[in-house]
Amino acid sequence: MFSEGGSFVKGMLLGGLFCLVVSLLASFSPSTESGSEDHHNHHHVKAASKDELTHLSDSHIKELSNQVRVYCVIMVQPKILVYWATAAETWSKHCDKAVFYTSEQSKALEAVDLNEKDEWARLRKALKHAYDNAGDLRWFFVAQPTTFAIIENLKYLVLTKDPSQPFYLGNAMKSGELEYVAYDSGIALSYEALRRLVNIFQDEDKCPERGRALWKLSEDKQLAACLKYTGVFAENGEDAHGKGLFNSKSVETLIKDSMSDNPNNVVEGCCSDMAVTFNGMSPSQMHVMMFGVYRLRPYGHNFLDSLVFLPPEGSEND
Amino acid sequence: MKAPKYQFSFYAGFLVGTITLYVFLRQVRFESTLLSQHGTNLNKVSDDQEQLEKEIKKWRKEGSALFNLEHPHHPGEDGRMADELYKKVRILCWVMTAPKNLEKKTRHVKSTWSRHCNIVIFMSSVEDPDFPTVGLGTKEGRDQLYWKTIKAFHYVYEHHINEADWFLKADDDTYVIVDNLRLVLANHTPEEPVYFGRRFKPYVKQGYMSGGAGYVLSKEALRRFVGGFKTNVCTHASSTEDVEMGRCMEKVGVLAGDSRDSMQRERFHPFVPEQHLTHKFPKSFWYWSYCYHPISEGPNCCSDLSVSFHYVGASQMYLMEYYTYHLRAFGYNYHYQPPAPLGYGIEKSVEVKNRPAPQKNRRGDGEDQSRTDKRQNADPPQAAGKDPPAAPSG
Repeated sequence: MFSEGGSFVKGMLLGGLFCLVVSLLASFSPSTESGSEDHHNHHHVKAASKDELTHLSDSHIKELSNQVRVYCVIMVQPKILVYWATAAETWSKHCDKAVFYTSEQSKALEAVDLNEKDEWARLRKALKHAYDNAGDLRWFFVAQPTTFAIIENLKYLVLTKDPSQPFYLGNAMKSGELEYVAYDSGIALSYEALRRLVNIFQDEDKCPERGRALWKLSEDKQLAACLKYTGVFAENGEDAHGKGLFNSKSVETLIKDSMSDNPNNVVEGCCSDMAVTFNGMSPSQMHVMMFGVYRLRPYGHNFLDSLVFLPPEGSEND
Repeated sequence: MKAPKYQFSFYAGFLVGTITLYVFLRQVRFESTLLSQHGTNLNKVSDDQEQLEKEIKKWRKEGSALFNLEHPHHPGEDGRMADELYKKVRILCWVMTAPKNLEKKTRHVKSTWSRHCNIVIFMSSVEDPDFPTVGLGTKEGRDQLYWKTIKAFHYVYEHHINEADWFLKADDDTYVIVDNLRLVLANHTPEEPVYFGRRFKPYVKQGYMSGGAGYVLSKEALRRFVGGFKTNVCTHASSTEDVEMGRCMEKVGVLAGDSRDSMQRERFHPFVPEQHLTHKFPKSFWYWSYCYHPISEGPNCCSDLSVSFHYVGASQMYLMEYYTYHLRAFGYNYHYQPPAPLGYGIEKSVEVKNRPAPQKNRRGDGEDQSRTDKRQNADPPQAAGKDPPAAPSG
């Protein structure tokens, strides 16, 4: 009888131990909870803070702001003609060079006709063309006309970064093991990153032209995969406070989200003062943003930004 | 024979042990998440309290008026000019509202543009000591608009005439950029009998100001308004607030001012920016025949230093605040530089840095901009009962 109880107790102890071991093992396997915390491990590129800039001489800053010049690669299609026209009338005027690349020619607007229906192939051709025609421009910004971009803020973000180093920036996202920059909020590439990319385009194994066989990866993921082979990794573009600058949502949506998340601090809790992109706005909302960014302001509040960007010539809406 | 018994009790013990420990572990995990949640909840509560304390420090409540204790500043800005104007051009803003709007509209006005007024008073039919709102003792409804306006201005005259120089009326769906209003008023004195807004031409010889776009009276204009009612020169002739206001102003000799900027662009707007910048109003729309000055569609519709927009919803209040005070293109030299107000210490040299060439000559006349082929439905969002030609108001 004693030994019966004994074996019962033995069983209990073993059972408890078994449970402990199993639960410990379970907590080691990657669950979705810990995944989102790992998010902090991804790379980010922060804009220089005002303090950091004060350490540079005025002439140095002037030199930097003259050197930061952006070639905009804008991927359009006739079916989104209104957005194409809006981008041409608004933000693209602030690129040092803005080139529209289309899938097929449109009678209404000018563009480089890539004559290519496949989206990944089209992006490859556009990037190759941009690289070949870069001149002395050292930064490249790839976007669709459904995105609105504030190029000056992009320049501010990369002001102190060396374009002969590989940079691949934007709204960095993760899909499984692959970190990539979301297409819809714009992709910024340094000259070196683009050079490596154009190089690996020639490798059909690592970076096939017609995309990975079995399933179609979106172009932004294909891009990330190819760049990864060259040692270039996606980085999240942020302001000095760590707020993301590349937004995949429209400013209206972000404001509404902030109204529910931060009802006491809606505007500050929403978006950065130096946001670079917003996505998903209607053409008229983009015209309003153009007015809001480049014209509307409160009199008597001056910002002594160390750098200077001049407005484009012959432009009425900025 | 003993073996099965041992086996049985062993397995039973194993099961009991597993279950016990499982329950125990779950309880521990649950409690730890509860603690951390409690921790974050506490943080949230203390954050909210901090916010509340900050709020209390920003306003001084006197009766139903909110006195702005600190002019909102942006980190890293040079606000000296704005501060000087804040001291010299004191504006009392009163916002026309109603009890049912406090939660869904008015509190967003309170959180955004009204913080830039020297004093703000929310005028309602019923008093609300917490918000706070003044109770004007009227009913609600479109037919009460002029009554509310008359009583509101009388209230302001009786309680605050000496505490401000200019008196602005706005709706709870008007967004006002008070700093830009100060620029308009800086070259005038409160002793001038003048009022400013978006000028409409019908009904009143010198024109009248659109109610919804907001209008601002000088101290002298307010005195004459109140005086006009004492002597029955002005009466509640109809409920059309803005037209009647315009009639009264004309009768008591208050001038309808021109609020356009130095490039003849309007600053007070009866619609949202989207409408003015991108809409093509049909020729039959009343707006064309109402505007005192020629209308511009497209970018010339609106001054860079615009003062007001109307029909602005709750989330748009925050959007306007973001566009006006926060979002900008870093380092950008604005195309348009307004002439600095006379007699102010901080000259515009602060704004104009490193500008290589003189300003381009911008078209400032009322001609329409180039049209695109888009056919758009140009009816603006009709506010409840905004009926044009007969009697437009607010």
